[in-house]
Amino acid sequence: MKLKLKIWRQPSSEARGRLESYIVEANEHMSFLEMMDVLNEQLIAEKKEPVAFEHDCREGICGTCNMVINGRPHGPQRGTTTCQLHMRHFNDGDVITVEPWRAKAFPVIKDLVVDRSGFDRIIQAGGYISVNTGQAPDGNSIPIEKDTASEAFDAATCIGCGACVAACPNGSAMLFTSAKVAHLGKLPQGKVEHVARVKNMVDQMDEEGFGNCSNTGACEVECPKEISIENIAMLNRSYMASIFGANK
Amino acid sequence: MSSIDLKSNTPEGPLKTKWSEYKGTMNLVAPNNKRRIEVIVVGTGLAGASAAATLGELGYNVKAFTFHDSPRRAHSIAAQGGINAAKNYQNDGDSTYRLFYDTIKGGDYRSRESNVYRLAEVSASIIDQCVAQGVPFAREYGGLLANRSFGGVQVSRTFYARGQTGQQLLIGAYQALSRQISTGQVKMYNRHEMLDLVKVDGKARGIITRNLLTGKLERHAAHCVVLATGGYGNVFYLSTNAMNSNVSAAWRSVRRGALMANPCFTQIHPTCIPVSGEYQSKLTLMSESLRNDGRVWVPKTEEDAIAIREGRKKGNDIAEEDRDYYLERRYPAFGNLVPRDVASRAAKTACDEGKGVSPTGLAVFLDFASAIERYGKAAAHSKNISNPSQKKILELGESVVSQKYGNLFEMYEKITGEDPYKNPMKIYPAVHYTMGGVWVDYNLQTNIPGLFALGEANFSDHGANRLGASALMQGLADGYFVIPYTIGQFLSKEIRTPMISDQTAEFDAAEKAVQDRIDNLMNIQGNQSVESFHRRLGKIMWEYCGMSRSAEGLKKGRQMIRDLRDEFYKDVFIPGSANEFNPELEKATKVADFLELGEVMMCDALDRNESCGGHFREEYQTPEGEALRNDADYTYVSAWEWNDKDPILHKEDLEFKNVELKTRSYK
Repeated sequence: MKLKLKIWRQPSSEARGRLESYIVEANEHMSFLEMMDVLNEQLIAEKKEPVAFEHDCREGICGTCNMVINGRPHGPQRGTTTCQLHMRHFNDGDVITVEPWRAKAFPVIKDLVVDRSGFDRIIQAGGYISVNTGQAPDGNSIPIEKDTASEAFDAATCIGCGACVAACPNGSAMLFTSAKVAHLGKLPQGKVEHVARVKNMVDQMDEEGFGNCSNTGACEVECPKEISIENIAMLNRSYMASIFGANK
Repeated sequence: MSSIDLKSNTPEGPLKTKWSEYKGTMNLVAPNNKRRIEVIVVGTGLAGASAAATLGELGYNVKAFTFHDSPRRAHSIAAQGGINAAKNYQNDGDSTYRLFYDTIKGGDYRSRESNVYRLAEVSASIIDQCVAQGVPFAREYGGLLANRSFGGVQVSRTFYARGQTGQQLLIGAYQALSRQISTGQVKMYNRHEMLDLVKVDGKARGIITRNLLTGKLERHAAHCVVLATGGYGNVFYLSTNAMNSNVSAAWRSVRRGALMANPCFTQIHPTCIPVSGEYQSKLTLMSESLRNDGRVWVPKTEEDAIAIREGRKKGNDIAEEDRDYYLERRYPAFGNLVPRDVASRAAKTACDEGKGVSPTGLAVFLDFASAIERYGKAAAHSKNISNPSQKKILELGESVVSQKYGNLFEMYEKITGEDPYKNPMKIYPAVHYTMGGVWVDYNLQTNIPGLFALGEANFSDHGANRLGASALMQGLADGYFVIPYTIGQFLSKEIRTPMISDQTAEFDAAEKAVQDRIDNLMNIQGNQSVESFHRRLGKIMWEYCGMSRSAEGLKKGRQMIRDLRDEFYKDVFIPGSANEFNPELEKATKVADFLELGEVMMCDALDRNESCGGHFREEYQTPEGEALRNDADYTYVSAWEWNDKDPILHKEDLEFKNVELKTRSYK
């Protein structure tokens, strides 16, 4: 299949960027990133600068890859990261636009590569349980209801890719932050620090320049791990509690 | 050529109390002194993140490095199946000794007894620690932790979090690390790649890194250096490793005098999605757990195989009597659940005989039809449906299989576009894990004082073959429960050493060497891409140092690598400049190191005139084609010193005082 790609090229964070067009021959068995590899091999053969993009595991779990494909973070297929998207979902002759995550808190580094270190700082603000190595009681000392463990797991599957932020018109990191709050807050081990955690993580989120949530729900639709916006509701309740002192 | 005396420094005393007595008597570093000591940790996967977090908690000043944009991206995250621990929660007779024994036997008696026993001993604490951190392990209805079984063992000791155990454990370690970063006890350097080790007076005292955003070389000094930089499976180009996984930090240390141990011991995982074309960039694993219910087969005749390859027939068109369920035929006792090395070789044999079922001829079927039917009948029975139609049976059966393996089936369909509920999966072996690694003693210290290696980066625990669900166990054991103690054996002697300065002749020289190396690569300006060299190297490795090896092939392969290396330094093309974000330059330094490691792997495989675990030499097999180990001559760890002309072999003899060396049999 022959494709026309319109790709965002931006030499550095300070430089102006623009869409450039390329023609590439692909086949339906390739993953989207393998198609990008083919393009880059082509550019290198012409002694041109390849398109910078980030990727690592190519199994949909590390959260590194991040492309806005035809206006949608990670492309058209639901519950799928860019690396797991395959070219059989496109047709010969398609024009495909490829852009980086766009959000104030994710500045572009080069081409399709953005800086997502704000996510790390949100976790550092409280996205953990304070237990030193060696202090733990026996793993079975606190039984946890199967469904509760399962709900915590559902929130914990977040891969930190940032698609939620890229999808949000406000550039909000509420889905990401709430997923961590829910993961830890649902477990008995995480309840002790829950209220303080919520406050600290939300404050850091604001500090980083992520926008506010206005309940558009786009984050849930584009999340490759299909994390639920119910987590945001939980976060909001807990945040109110942290301000007004309920649950204390 | 001087011989290096490889002392394992294993403490005296009986195996069962060795570690506890050693811990109780080893030298400590007092809290006031810990504040004055700096530790560098390179790599933030399971081993590195857990080590950095724990050392920070203890009060050391830690500097942690990753080439990723965040420590949460390390490839530990992709582990699917689970983590072993001798908890005996299932009351099925598990014990520390049993986990130790299974690991030694599974490794085909090529690992160090004392290290493996300690691994088994601390395994239970790992589970406790992870639960306390909030790792959402699978649970039973009563709220207690669930377990499942894995290959090569007869107890149920694997803890898991659906098919994403590695992700959940890494997030746990990442969060512990994040907590230390927030207190300032750990200083985190993201997007920094280690390009050299700096030694001062023979001791590891720092590293040279490249800031991947700006290209700037930086010096980082410390009292000691811990490598937790993972395995080198990407030397094969195609593997289940993440694209950026590499050997460079370990290899640069080898170039500074560390030794590479058992480099030829690589694990080829039998169930991966096969290669579909030249453009392929990586391979995807399908969890070992699938072999509990999937049956492996190829057509009995080559004609049928050709018909399938050419698309004239499908797997389902082949009648039951025309199928060869070769694992069940060859290994009736273990059937489809033979260990990874055995299953992989058998798939290769079937394809070598012309029975492969994909267009490339390199795939076998993994078929769930009989499991779907069996589960369907059972489900119908339990729902009191009498005389269920075949359609109903399949519907019920597919639902059971979906509950067990749903996410894997979905991943398979995403990648191949085929529905594994209706057609058998096509699978083929792929490089997955490297048992070999940097040589370390009982303290996880290399032969360079002050340089330590943890997790997949070292060689110590898995011998010639690793059992499933043991990689996560080793990474966390080393990071949480071993290095925080053993590092004190070195650092307790350093309490009078002031902060190490990076403004010394040694750092000058190391930085210059890195700068020269980068300039040299950038200046070649040839005509071939880095990727094309990597791909060619991978093909040579797979052909001559892959699932089966021969002396003749290894000699040929070694020469081919040397020729390829020469060509690389004459004709590689790296676009852009060194003073910017330049992924092609990053790839080039990695591939340059793989081009040296590959040669040492060939030398190692050639030296080892036996077949054991993942290392199969065609000359050394039984008449039935099984591996023929040679305990009299090869019960040693090979530890290679780099030398451009001829790598130099050193040996550590392995002693087995607590287990009897036996032939592994799965028939």
